[in-house]
Amino acid sequence: MNLTLHVWRQSGPRDAGRHERYEASDISEQMSFLELLDVVNERLTNEGKEPIAFEHDCREGICGSCGMMINGVPHGPKTLTTACQLHMRSFSDGDEIWIEPWRATAFPVLKDLVVDRSGFDRIIESGGYISVRTGSAPDGNAVPIRKEDADAAFDAATCIGCGACVAACPNASAMLFTAAKVTHLAKVPQGQTQRWDRVLSMVDAHDSEGFGNCTNHGACQEACPKGISIDYIAHLNRDLIKATLTAKPDVSGKNA
Amino acid sequence: MRRVVTLYRTTVGKKVLMALSGVVLFGFIFAHMLGNLKMLAPATDGHFAMDVYAEFLREVGYPLVPHGGVLWTARLVLLVSVGIHVLSAVQLARLSRAARPSGYAKEDSLSLSYASQTMRWGGVILLLFVIYHILHFTTGQVHSSFVSGAVHQNYVSAFQSPLIFLVYFVAQTALCLHLYHGVWSFFQTLGLSHPKYNHLRRPFAAGFAFTVYIGFLTPPTLVMTGVIF
Ligand code: HEM
Ligand code: SF4
Ligand code: FES
Repeated sequence: MNLTLHVWRQSGPRDAGRHERYEASDISEQMSFLELLDVVNERLTNEGKEPIAFEHDCREGICGSCGMMINGVPHGPKTLTTACQLHMRSFSDGDEIWIEPWRATAFPVLKDLVVDRSGFDRIIESGGYISVRTGSAPDGNAVPIRKEDADAAFDAATCIGCGACVAACPNASAMLFTAAKVTHLAKVPQGQTQRWDRVLSMVDAHDSEGFGNCTNHGACQEACPKGISIDYIAHLNRDLIKATLTAKPDVSGKNA
Repeated sequence: MRRVVTLYRTTVGKKVLMALSGVVLFGFIFAHMLGNLKMLAPATDGHFAMDVYAEFLREVGYPLVPHGGVLWTARLVLLVSVGIHVLSAVQLARLSRAARPSGYAKEDSLSLSYASQTMRWGGVILLLFVIYHILHFTTGQVHSSFVSGAVHQNYVSAFQSPLIFLVYFVAQTALCLHLYHGVWSFFQTLGLSHPKYNHLRRPFAAGFAFTVYIGFLTPPTLVMTGVIF
């Protein structure tokens, strides 16, 4: 099939950037979206032009690096799918496709479609430690965990940190990401030691990175390739309020 | 204390204030709507039900509290709530704007509802309306034939004008939308979430918003059509 692409080109963080139009011909339906970009890039390279910079690594939907806005939807039109797992059969011959980087103050564009997502790493870092035994592998069932909690923690843990939630949110809020990370640890015994401090620190870090506030639109959960639900955001809010209300005064050794 | 400060400093803390002041306001809205339905009740001994109710609001709690004590306390609480609500709205709106300065060339609104997208401007409409409304029915400056204390009569004379009806109609529509997203948002912000009940939150918000809408607009409609006079 033949497609017309409008791709955001920006040579560096300081460049103003603009959309450029490319014709992509003879694209196979079996190709992934990233392979489409590979084909365009090969042509650009042959013509002596700068190829389109985009991030990718696993190409199997698990690393979270390939995020881009495709026709106004993070990761493109197919739900629960990352851009690398999106196939060209989701498009039809003659389509025009707009490809843009995530837009958020906290995700500055480095080049073309590549944004700096290190803010996410700093949010995770602020989450502190968990209590696990290091050394030899622990016995799998030594710590009993309710099935519902284990499931909820696992669901939260599927977040790949791609940033689609931020990209979709009109406030560029990263609450879905932060909530997934906070709840993932809050649901299991290993996360209890720092549970209440963690939620405060992570939300604090979220805000200092310059992500916006959640206004409960729900666009993030629709964009999320891993189907993380905004119920996790409610869980984060609940933990944050509880952490504040139940905090004990700092008098060591006296209060049980 | 450190945690309280952190909570307030965070965007979530400001949202919590927004939700708490919002719930005070929507509690008030519901009571106000019920009160207005007194327009539908028959007069007793030549006294309009609405006027009896208005008198009750001024005197309720006496002699435990002074005349008008409950009324003025309620007004104070509402004023503070509106203040907190609007202040948080402004702070959060500015943060959001800073977080997302540039948009996309191609937009797709995903699941954004009309109600959720109009919270800020709808809120501004509500604030302007509240000011107008107080000047209209409480202090009377913008009412063409205001008689102090004659609530029923003021109500009826106001809604004989289709223009006034239109103003209230628009404001109630804005309120209905604000409540539809606000009530659901309130559950989410305060973390009132449970897998067993989550599916009821949207219908509850819709039911609440719709009940308030119908409840507020029924008496003016009946005045317009000459059923209440
Ligand atoms: C006076 C002018 C008003 C303004 C400027 C205003 C503005 C806003 C804004 C911007 C939000 C945040 C939306 C979001 O983040 O989801 C909000 C939420 C809300 N508003 Fe208002 N509003 C006003 C009046 C009212 C009134 C009269 C009521 C009650 C009937 C009300 C009840 C609520 C509730 C319950 C919420 C949800 C809080 C939450 O996000 O959890 N508001 N309002
Ligand atoms: S919550 Fe979903 S959309 Fe957001 S970073 Fe994680 S996987 Fe990506
Ligand atoms: S390249 Fe790893 S998720 Fe797409």
